[in-house]
Amino acid sequence: MKKIIDFYISGFKNMSIHSKKLWIIILVKLFIMFFILKIFFFPNFLNSKFDSDKEKGDYVIEQLTNN
Amino acid sequence: MEHFDLALVDWSRAQFALTALYHWIFVPLTLGLSFIVAFMHTFYYKTRDEKWKVMTKFWMKLFGINFAIGVATGIILEFEFGLNWSNYSWIVGDIFGAPLAIEGILAFFLESTFIAVMFFGWGRVSKKFHMLSSWFVAFGSNLSALWILIANAWMQNPVGTKFNPDTARNEMVNFFDVALSQTAVFKFLHTISQAYIIGALFVISVSAWFLLKNRHLLFAKRSILIAAVFGLIASIFVAFTGDSSAYDVAHKQPMKLAAMEGLYDGEKNADLYALGFLNDRTDNLNFKGIRLPSMLSIMAFRDADAFVPGVNDLVNGNEEQGILSAETRMEKGRIAIQALADYKTAKKDGNTELANSNLKLFEKNYPHFGYGYFKNNEDIVPNVPLTFYSFHIMVALGLFFIAFFACLLYASIKDKLVKNKFVLRISVWSILLGYIATELGWIVAEVGRQPWTIQDLLPVGVSTSHLSVGSVQTTFFMFFALFTVLLIAEIKILMAQIKKGPEEGGSHV
Repeated sequence: MKKIIDFYISGFKNMSIHSKKLWIIILVKLFIMFFILKIFFFPNFLNSKFDSDKEKGDYVIEQLTNN
Repeated sequence: MEHFDLALVDWSRAQFALTALYHWIFVPLTLGLSFIVAFMHTFYYKTRDEKWKVMTKFWMKLFGINFAIGVATGIILEFEFGLNWSNYSWIVGDIFGAPLAIEGILAFFLESTFIAVMFFGWGRVSKKFHMLSSWFVAFGSNLSALWILIANAWMQNPVGTKFNPDTARNEMVNFFDVALSQTAVFKFLHTISQAYIIGALFVISVSAWFLLKNRHLLFAKRSILIAAVFGLIASIFVAFTGDSSAYDVAHKQPMKLAAMEGLYDGEKNADLYALGFLNDRTDNLNFKGIRLPSMLSIMAFRDADAFVPGVNDLVNGNEEQGILSAETRMEKGRIAIQALADYKTAKKDGNTELANSNLKLFEKNYPHFGYGYFKNNEDIVPNVPLTFYSFHIMVALGLFFIAFFACLLYASIKDKLVKNKFVLRISVWSILLGYIATELGWIVAEVGRQPWTIQDLLPVGVSTSHLSVGSVQTTFFMFFALFTVLLIAEIKILMAQIKKGPEEGGSHV
């Protein structure tokens, strides 16, 4: 296990400046996606309205049959 | 469809299309380049020639940049499923769950584990294990694509499942029917093989630029040779899988085929519209150009005498050919919807007998369920000109790529590339043609199947959530900005790396 962790640490340490910049872009992108877009702009519609699967199913059936 | 807010549906579709098209800029390059890197790595392993090592490291670096910028862009599509397409998401949840879970567990971990070995492993793991890790990354990437494409294929051809009227979910009846349906197999093969073309064109484009600049000549020539062989095989394979896909579409999505070919009045010995233009007519005189006699019948049914239904046959019906009209299917769909509503009410009231009779009525008419939401016959027709031109330009580019790769291969073998500046200039820009072709392919697949999210069963209008149009517009422009920034970042970093060129040793991504 230690060997594997060392493998990763040494790999990241020996990266070029360009590669390190690339990793910063990746981390910023993932932060924007998961901590800004997902939380503030993309809540799961059904999860935010209903607690149980039965309620969700009933709501969707209602949507299907009342349109 | 007046019950639905068309502006909301259209903005939701536009947002999904935007995200999918941007996502598909990164993915095919990852799929294609991963195999080219694996081939080069294998040549290095076999020969121990340092020149192969330099090539492997350079293309691996470019692969890494694209992979890093593109990774997780597909997650945005899942965000959209959950918010904008909640009805659809709920209805398909059990079908998408299995393939996407397998993708997450198997492919993602295979890919992400071995990608570290691939980049950090130079001189730190055995040469054989290192070379194999490149192959694992390539297979892992392509395996990821497999599960996503199975899910997409199910939407085009919903087999192996049963709709549960109590939970409003489609449940898997037979996993293998879903995973190995003809639609899924052809879609996967066609999609990944055209991704290999993108990989090959990218290598050719960059290498041709080196040749024009008179830099890294041996490196560039070898790279072009490998990419030309890989691209030629892939482009011939794409032609075969494309033909098989068209055959499948003819059987499962006849309206899409009619739109692809601009065929309005169905006919026996149907001609293939090879090169030309559509005009405003809604009959078979709408096309001006070159026709290939009976070729559409052969392509669609492997029989020159076969009848190929046109848009008008599918809208108005064709008794002689046993094709129901849209009106008839809409009526049956309305019966199915009403039976579903009555079933739920009867169940709630504890009237088992009435519930069972409504369930039978629902199941009998279920194949037409989605039609029940339409008010006009024409609602079932996709955008014919967009589908037609996208399809024909894609096919023309596909044929061009076969000739292009063959010419490059010939010039490479005869060592005539460096002198031919014209071919080199075309080669530099060929990657753009590749992207145009691959994005058009998705437009054909997805615009051609409108108005359905699930073929015949669920129209786009019923799939969306009740949101404000403004909120969808806001996130549309946010994604547009985010993806554009990512694309600019990718191009700038790639260009910087390409200008730097291949070098011996050096650090890794």
